[in-house]
Amino acid sequence: MTENDLFYTRPELILSFSGLLLLLLAAWRPNWGRQICYISIAPLIAASYYAWVIMTNDAFEFGGGAFFGQYRADGFSSFSKLLIYLASAITLLIAPRFLEKKGVMKAEFPVLILFAAVGMGIMVSAVDLLSLYIGLELNSLAAYVLASFARNDVKSSEAGLKYFILGALASGILLFGISLVYGFTGSTSFLTINSALSGELSMGATFGIVFMLAGMAFKISAAPFHMWTPDVYEGAPTPITAFFASAPKVAATALLVRIVGEAFTNQIDAWQQIIIIVALMSIVVGALGAIGQKSLKRLLAYSSINNIGFILIGLAAASQIGVAALLVYLAIYVAMTLGGFICLMQFEDKDGNMRDNIDDIAGLSKHRPVLAAVFMIFMFSLAGIPPMFGFWGKLQVFQAAVAADLLPLAVIGIAASVIGAFYYLKVIKVMYFDERADVVADSNSNTLVWVGGILALFVSPLGYLTISILGKWSEVAGAFLFVNGG
Amino acid sequence: MIASAALVIFSRNPVHSVLWLILAFFNAAGLMVLVGAEFIAMLLVIVYVGAVAVLFLFVVMMLDIDFAELRAGFMNNLPLGLLLAIILICELVLGLGAMRAGSVQLGTDIANATPTTVPNIEAMGQLLYSKYLFLFEAAGLILVVSMVGAIVLTNRRRGGTRPQRISDQVKRRPEDATRNESPEVGKGVSL
Repeated sequence: MTENDLFYTRPELILSFSGLLLLLLAAWRPNWGRQICYISIAPLIAASYYAWVIMTNDAFEFGGGAFFGQYRADGFSSFSKLLIYLASAITLLIAPRFLEKKGVMKAEFPVLILFAAVGMGIMVSAVDLLSLYIGLELNSLAAYVLASFARNDVKSSEAGLKYFILGALASGILLFGISLVYGFTGSTSFLTINSALSGELSMGATFGIVFMLAGMAFKISAAPFHMWTPDVYEGAPTPITAFFASAPKVAATALLVRIVGEAFTNQIDAWQQIIIIVALMSIVVGALGAIGQKSLKRLLAYSSINNIGFILIGLAAASQIGVAALLVYLAIYVAMTLGGFICLMQFEDKDGNMRDNIDDIAGLSKHRPVLAAVFMIFMFSLAGIPPMFGFWGKLQVFQAAVAADLLPLAVIGIAASVIGAFYYLKVIKVMYFDERADVVADSNSNTLVWVGGILALFVSPLGYLTISILGKWSEVAGAFLFVNGG
Repeated sequence: MIASAALVIFSRNPVHSVLWLILAFFNAAGLMVLVGAEFIAMLLVIVYVGAVAVLFLFVVMMLDIDFAELRAGFMNNLPLGLLLAIILICELVLGLGAMRAGSVQLGTDIANATPTTVPNIEAMGQLLYSKYLFLFEAAGLILVVSMVGAIVLTNRRRGGTRPQRISDQVKRRPEDATRNESPEVGKGVSL
């Protein structure tokens, strides 16, 4: 163990040590749930700072490996980590009020989020099959517990159990793929695997790649491995759903990009068609599945499946531009989806119960005009309608796909996004043109308003001001993948 | 080992079955020691005998299962079982045949085998605490998370129980618990 090892893993060290300390605090002060939530934002900021240093400082232009090449800190991992830590911090900000109202606030909640963040950090920094799996499990285990956090709620317990069983199955499939890849290449390190996989692909290694992709597709809830998503998202407490839809998605997507962009770059033909099909299926399933939904939470779940499809288009391009486009899309997606769920959390009736039925927000624009406008911004942005910033992400991935000679993919993707626009527009129509339902009350939380407002500003046309920054760092990050070939 | 495995199936008493199963595990561990894999042998004894088999034993003893009834269905399922066994044997033969014929090529870049001078438990320990230190610690975190998760999801304050609060008992002073009374004759003490 050298100084470098500790330097590069600093974000994880900070998060895990503070997680353990806060766990002790939680043991002695079980009622300090809210305070510990706010305290644990500090280590997230500190960890983000070190990720930022790695990304922006010229001294780390080529990134750095740690612990015998099992861990890598570079621009790509740091970009993803910043997104993950940001999403975790926002979850910690918005969750306490909701959980307290449900009576399930516990001091262990922020600790679990911190440990999940550690796992996600390890995932995006993994350049070895072993660290990949360890990071993934650390994140998933915390997520299973979080999904069933509202223990007295039947739906939440069901969500946790479903997530656990299907997640364990997916982990098993992933491990099966990992063992095949290891068996046929003789190494767990991504770079060695890549050099061992040059030339003709053997049958066993093909199976390994397919199984690994299937396992990862489950984790990012891409069709046809998406079945768990609507149920889990609906059952889990809303702030935790917001967390699931943002941070772990970023981590799993980044991990998938890292696997195919570093371990399998010599075999682009082997995985590119799989990614293309998964991307198209996700877009179509996400668009069609959402049409009949009455529950807004399920609708947002399908919308996240749909968006994962667009993100994968960037990956299907198998190029550095594609990865950069994917990262830009991810950044915008995190803001859109968190914002959508924050709006959802404000749809409460007079007794403080959450109403997530689409009929409950009918005519919302008449008595809560600002909330309706903000929700409209997020919906337009998720649909990718031009003035909003969500359009920019879609434009980027389609450009990358066209540049990689995948014109049919881009055309079908655009056509499917038009279908998808239908249900986003339906929500807006219900809010603006339907009879007033008067279900949503005026009660409000300042935190939700502020966080939601800032996110809305980011995805509104004002977001285009950040293009230069976002574009620069995503390009820097993308340059670490598909180094040879692509 | 084969004999004790057969006895697991054939013994009438389920508790005896589990005991024979434990013997089978011990025999397997013995085989592992003979081929020089003492770490796997220890794992077998600790994990399978120490945890899994004991759990089985508890389940068998706690649940009142009528094994005679279960066994009655045996003849009905026999054809299916035989079919599965034949399929598995075919797969095994085909797999081995393919391996012999050289059509399955496993990876060539296999790590160097440990030198025989170091016992393999020691070799594994050296790797675990040096090369794989980071992953080892991260695995520790996973265990912490699973423990925290299990406690968060199951621990609750139940009403109606009378737990012992030691700190309260120690804090209690004589003045709180006793008082001086001088009752009048024939009146008694009010409690």
